[in-house]
Amino acid sequence: MDFSFPPEVEAFRAEVKAFLAENFDESMLDVTHDGTMHVPELHAALAAEGWLAGPVPKELGGGGRTALESIVLNEEMQLARAPIDAMGVTVITAAILMEHGSDHLKETVVPALLNGEALTSFGYTEPESGSDVAAAATKAVKDGDEWVINGAKMWTTMAHIADYVILLTRTNPDVPKHKGLTFFLVPFDTPGIEIQPVPTMATERSNATFYDDVRLSDDWRVGEVNGGWAVMKTALKYERGIAGGQFMSPPVIHAGIDWATNHERADGTRPIDDPAVRERLIRAQIDVEVCRGFAYHCADLANEGAMFGVEGSMTKLFASETFKRHCREIHDMMGAEGLLTLESPEAHRGGLIEEALRHSPVTTIYGGTSEINRNMVAEGFLGLPRAR
Amino acid sequence: MRTRYSEDEVAVRDAFFDFFANECPTTTVRAAAEGTGFDPALWSSLAAMGAPGMALPESLGGAGAALTDLAVVADVAGAHLAPVPLIEHAVTARALARAGGNDDLVAELAEGSTLATLALRPPTGDTARLVPAGAVADVFLHHCDGVTSISQGNAPGAKLPNTADLPLAHRVISDPIAIDLDADGWNRTVDEWRALTAVAYVGLAKRAIEIGVAYTKERFQFGVLIGTFQALQHGFADAATSVEGAHLLAQRAIWALETDQPGASRLAGMALLFAAESARFAADRSVQYHGGYGFSEEYDIQLYHRHATAWILQLGDPAAEYARLADAEFGPVRGAA
Repeated sequence: MDFSFPPEVEAFRAEVKAFLAENFDESMLDVTHDGTMHVPELHAALAAEGWLAGPVPKELGGGGRTALESIVLNEEMQLARAPIDAMGVTVITAAILMEHGSDHLKETVVPALLNGEALTSFGYTEPESGSDVAAAATKAVKDGDEWVINGAKMWTTMAHIADYVILLTRTNPDVPKHKGLTFFLVPFDTPGIEIQPVPTMATERSNATFYDDVRLSDDWRVGEVNGGWAVMKTALKYERGIAGGQFMSPPVIHAGIDWATNHERADGTRPIDDPAVRERLIRAQIDVEVCRGFAYHCADLANEGAMFGVEGSMTKLFASETFKRHCREIHDMMGAEGLLTLESPEAHRGGLIEEALRHSPVTTIYGGTSEINRNMVAEGFLGLPRAR
Repeated sequence: MRTRYSEDEVAVRDAFFDFFANECPTTTVRAAAEGTGFDPALWSSLAAMGAPGMALPESLGGAGAALTDLAVVADVAGAHLAPVPLIEHAVTARALARAGGNDDLVAELAEGSTLATLALRPPTGDTARLVPAGAVADVFLHHCDGVTSISQGNAPGAKLPNTADLPLAHRVISDPIAIDLDADGWNRTVDEWRALTAVAYVGLAKRAIEIGVAYTKERFQFGVLIGTFQALQHGFADAATSVEGAHLLAQRAIWALETDQPGASRLAGMALLFAAESARFAADRSVQYHGGYGFSEEYDIQLYHRHATAWILQLGDPAAEYARLADAEFGPVRGAA
């Protein structure tokens, strides 16, 4: 066992810290208060460093960063509260296009993604298919040289500021569901697309997108016809290396410790001197170290080229479930003060904790629900019989 | 970065796994429970394997292995609920080796012919209460007000019947000899106990889940295997996830102690609390999913439940351990004495 990072990765961590100190502070998050979780200046700065292309192999035109370097970038950004959503979507889409896209897409779209000029969004989930993602019903039908797409997608987050959506469609309804799927990259300025906002219980907005006789040339197809599941596997492979969510808790915990230390209750005592508060906070800090172990373990496996899945499921399950608990407990600790939202000038740390509380429920849902991840652990790790 | 056992560590693990599988079936655990909670024959065999002295310096008769290697053995010993005080013995011997001046004793401890332990909590008066392995150890280390001493020469106390039939006994301090181990040195010793016990807890917990999973793949109710029910699968999945997290944390704590990382003590404390909680949860789920049989003495899973309950309590109430970590993290409670 050796949990140390090689010197070059430690050096990269120092580089990332310096970058964040120079290019990011919490006031930049003000632009996200309209619900769009994207900070364009930060995205541009990441692109300028070449870090958007980081995990994509050099031979595919990427930055050739190792999984250990990717986890370090990911960790430092989350600890600083810098949004990683756009970076994640960009890296995964670029990787998909480099592995499966046409020359047209590799030459036109990929450079624009990696230099930060273009944004994409994910179009997997549908009104009638969420966890059962392979049941996608959005149809793509060949008509002469063109494809005609009809259907609807849910949770196309950032679609309203994005240039493209990476769209999962059904091209053959007469075979087992995994075998009749095809991916397309769809420009949002194609006629026939409608984007409707989906407000959420959190600050962030998402979108529903509708596709009505959207016509595309075959250049926009990604991967083989009916080979969509192989493309999905590429997406998952990169998601494991770079996907966030392991370090959501620390900013909330630190804000909670800050409040508990500097706030006095009516009786003159500080929450931080309350044994119940102390135990909750130290338990949360223990969970953070467990998340760190999981994150480094996944990065180590990815770095060795090991294929894995169940470790990613455990990481996602543990990090999101504990994040939800941390938000609840730290929010509770503040009592009525905790209810103040980011619109309130009196809200502690700009309403960070309250905002996290409202955001936290989605973290055990998106990117694989806790229930799906428990199924994966039960079947893939414990060898229990498939239950569905 | 290597978050999995190395080839060498796997070799050590496999050798000791086979050893415990052969020498320490649960019939051995049950037989020891009838007596002192200690199996002298198992200890002799383990000594022949070199385990008691493996992480002691070669100059003192040890094998010069790292704490990370000893942890591999603690893992499989925990999985088999081995009725031998390997962890207490090893950390006490390492403390004596660090302090210096007790070379003959350390050499005896390295070969396992003398058995050592430590009083995890400060003695009251001349008595250390409920000392781990106090019913069987020849010598014991204790610490009070910055002074660490070793008591030799008085006989082991009588085992007090307890939850997991551990060899717990009161020990009377007689002719204590102070050793050169200050408060930091003592804390380091207890941290090694914490981290190694965390690793043993992970071994226990993994085995508890294996036993439970195996049972639910054999047991039919309502005409189907109960292992197909998601209610059970999700309970096991939560337990397995928690235990895997505990494994990574405990191993990181061991590595941090071995390589003197800043924050090693913090990780050791965290690892013990998290591993104990994970193991208790895993054992609870496995007993629950056995139904009534899980509660019966006949089935082994109840042994895992009892040991999961007991080990950490030798140190004290877990709440006090959380409070200790909180003091280090947030500063002492304002206004507290």
